[in-house]
Amino acid sequence: MNLANPAEASNRIQEKPRGSGKAAKSILIGLGVAFILIMLVLPLITVCVYALKQGWEVFSGAITDPYAIKALQLTLLATVVAVVCNTIFGLFASWAISKFHFRGKQFLTTLIDIPFAISPIIAGLVFILVFGRIGWAYDFLQAYDLKVVFAVPGIILATIFVTFPFVARELIPLMQAQGNDEEEAAALMGANWWTIYRKVTLPHIKWGLLYGVILCTARALGEFGAVSVVSGHLRGKTNTLPLHIEILFNEFQLTAAFAVSSILVVTAIIILILRNIVEFKGRKEESEHVR
Amino acid sequence: MMGFRLAQMNAWRKKTVLGLTLLVAVAPLAACGSNAPSNGSTAEAQGASGETPASASVEITNVSYDPTRELYDAYNKLFQTHWKEKSGQDVSIIQSHGGSGKQARSVLEGNEADVVTLALEQDVAELEKGGLIEPGWVDEFDKQSSPYTSTIVFLVRKGNPKGIKDWDDIVKSGVEIITPNPKTSGGARWNFLAAWAYAQAHDGADEAKSTEFIKSLYNNVTVLDTGARGATTTFVENNQGDVLLAWENEAFLSIKEHPDDYEIVTPSISILAQPSVAVVDEIAKKRGTEEVSTEYLQYLYSDEAQKLAGENYYRPSNPDILAQFSDTFNLDLKLVTIDDDFGGWEAATEKFFADGAIFDQIYQK
Amino acid sequence: MGQAKWVSSKRLRKKNRVIPGFGLSMGITISMLSLIVLIPLLSIFVVLSGVGPADFWKAISDPQAVAAYRVSLICALAAALVNALFGTILAWILVRYRFPGRRILDGLIELPFALPTAVAGIALTTLYSDNGWIGKLLAGIGIKVAYTPIGITIALIFIGIPFVVRAIQPVLEKLDGQYEEAATMLGASGWQTFRRVVFPEIRPALLTGFGLAFARGLGEYGSVIFIAGNIPYETQIVPLIIMSKLEQFNYGAATSIALVMIVFSFLTLFAINFIQSRLNHAAKGAE
Repeated sequence: MNLANPAEASNRIQEKPRGSGKAAKSILIGLGVAFILIMLVLPLITVCVYALKQGWEVFSGAITDPYAIKALQLTLLATVVAVVCNTIFGLFASWAISKFHFRGKQFLTTLIDIPFAISPIIAGLVFILVFGRIGWAYDFLQAYDLKVVFAVPGIILATIFVTFPFVARELIPLMQAQGNDEEEAAALMGANWWTIYRKVTLPHIKWGLLYGVILCTARALGEFGAVSVVSGHLRGKTNTLPLHIEILFNEFQLTAAFAVSSILVVTAIIILILRNIVEFKGRKEESEHVR
Repeated sequence: MMGFRLAQMNAWRKKTVLGLTLLVAVAPLAACGSNAPSNGSTAEAQGASGETPASASVEITNVSYDPTRELYDAYNKLFQTHWKEKSGQDVSIIQSHGGSGKQARSVLEGNEADVVTLALEQDVAELEKGGLIEPGWVDEFDKQSSPYTSTIVFLVRKGNPKGIKDWDDIVKSGVEIITPNPKTSGGARWNFLAAWAYAQAHDGADEAKSTEFIKSLYNNVTVLDTGARGATTTFVENNQGDVLLAWENEAFLSIKEHPDDYEIVTPSISILAQPSVAVVDEIAKKRGTEEVSTEYLQYLYSDEAQKLAGENYYRPSNPDILAQFSDTFNLDLKLVTIDDDFGGWEAATEKFFADGAIFDQIYQK
Repeated sequence: MGQAKWVSSKRLRKKNRVIPGFGLSMGITISMLSLIVLIPLLSIFVVLSGVGPADFWKAISDPQAVAAYRVSLICALAAALVNALFGTILAWILVRYRFPGRRILDGLIELPFALPTAVAGIALTTLYSDNGWIGKLLAGIGIKVAYTPIGITIALIFIGIPFVVRAIQPVLEKLDGQYEEAATMLGASGWQTFRRVVFPEIRPALLTGFGLAFARGLGEYGSVIFIAGNIPYETQIVPLIIMSKLEQFNYGAATSIALVMIVFSFLTLFAINFIQSRLNHAAKGAE
């Protein structure tokens, strides 16, 4: 229904395409900005208002709490491992899926999507059902005195699981849209796989790759449901930052909970700004190169 | 690896697929393995310390439920001093908090706790069923292993605008109730049972009438949160409803946070909520921490610890200490108990909270 | 590994492939997928093998569960549609227009992912309950948001928006402006250009974004439970039913309902991937 507005606007002033473009532009920007303000910015402001409700001291006390810092370290560790792992996966999977024809491709693509579609609760539960005391791999793990769930490896695994498809998902449509012509030409000229990837494919997909990595990072930082199931909430050992926030909340420390949340928000904003800088510089160089 | 030609591709492909599959299969296990030494060595260290109490330090894990953090923060310090005097050992205690049922499940699923201090006897009983705790744990400590208790009260807005005094006031039409879902929150089961006890006392123990009473009560529930803390937020921060059915200690915490906005109303009849504590025998044996774990729970009954419980708004189980807190708690409240009035948790669960039982029935149309 | 064999044996006998790297990339894809996703998921079936068909049916056809399927489906669908619309608008203005604050807007898109879902849920509930900033306004015109299905939908819009924007954005960026220019010069209106020239290009990405937002909405738990109200038959979502089964240590019933959810999401995503590849084919054929 909202798309109808620019249409009307442009029909009315069809003789003056520039004016119609402008009207459509301002309407669309207005809609987009309003949506972001209401849906994203207001909740963020709410978080910040709560975080500072009891003053600066409570705020700084909450974010410098040793348990909060340990939780932040664990969250960062899980995020880094998940991003590296999923980027490797994404690069290979998108290559296999977009550059070749084979039967069952849609099936495979859908399997990759599965972690998106699964409730985080189930995602955590499946690891319990494998590695937990009731799981089928438990005796094996016990024999070697290994711990997976309710320990750091379980948290990393759960984080990888929920963010698994991000990079692949971002690259596949892009590479499919790109087509295979350039790669085929390069291959016929005798270039090997790595060269083709680096020299031909990567320049086309690098911004998509960047988006994928950023999405993956953001999601890994904030993941709560699946990690909550496999963590055991051992303070200072297996608490990630989102879990620490939940615990604060459950302990009637709403202000502290929101204060710690703001760490995540700020971390995310820093990453996003970094991305913008990288992207901006990269594109500038590209256009200079073309010139 | 990358420089293969077209002709070699087929052979290469098979090998790479196989090789990489194995490689990737082994990598995460190796990663787990490299993590293991830290876990393993602490476990060994503990094992050793259990056998030779002279060893300098010991670590135990206490898996507890949500609003006990302040209590155990204070108690752990008290116990560390006590244990140092008693055995010369330094003890460090790792705390874990969460919803009671969820916490019990995590222990059952492999979260290694030396002791559990949960909200419901039933949650500990699940660990017994799972073989982690030996039968007879209920009598291992005094007062059915409940060193502190609580009860269910009403939290209302300042001035009590709806004039709520007892259970029959909250089922009146126009009163909005906030309480968590007894199916997802163990604590909320006490709320349900307290209401049932009132209905039974006033309806001449007529079950159909009590069910009607409960039904009209839950008809007034506008938000059925998944946990006690969520319900408190709904009531306190988001201003929903006229009355919150709450644990006494949590109601006191809300008052402490917002002294001018709320007040506590104690109904004529309520239920004695008995949180349970137990040593997780399987884990404590494996780690050799039985002695310190047992003492950790036993010491909860000491005068100092009992006072600490009272200061954190739990009712001390020692009647002398409880009497010292008569300013805080309404001690005239008539309290039913789960064992005497409901035939224990198993019977109560079967009758009220199992799938298709009374709680499900009141929502059927 | 069985999967790898199956795929590679059936793979392409039609024509010789020129591009190298199939074995390597497919090998890594399949093995990582198996280890991280498929093998853990199989344990659901291990648990289910201990559940008799009668119990399975009883668990999944329980009236409360059926009511929850409906709530979850409708809310996730509504949220995905809203996201598809606004996601397209956002991607469009971010790529095609230059205006002050564009970079900030662009940077905000991923924030719903970074905010722990529980915090998002609490913040949204605070905003939309009838004494919150937005809830107050809406309550004035008689719309109750928090603790109703509308509230659930709002939470699902919040968590789903990055999927759509970030799916469409790269495709739009790659899209050559010259076709649009040509269309405009030939006298097409802005809307016609969009519908005839741009939309077919972004359709696969839009579909992907929509599907992912929808599937994610079906499974979401953390942000929804605070704003949902959770009244049986009215505002209970499926993940909550699974949670309450787990709370009763009933792993069989929990995994049964979980399986229904997984199968449903899988079929949705599969359908979308299928349509998308058809569209791709059609587009290639047209060239």
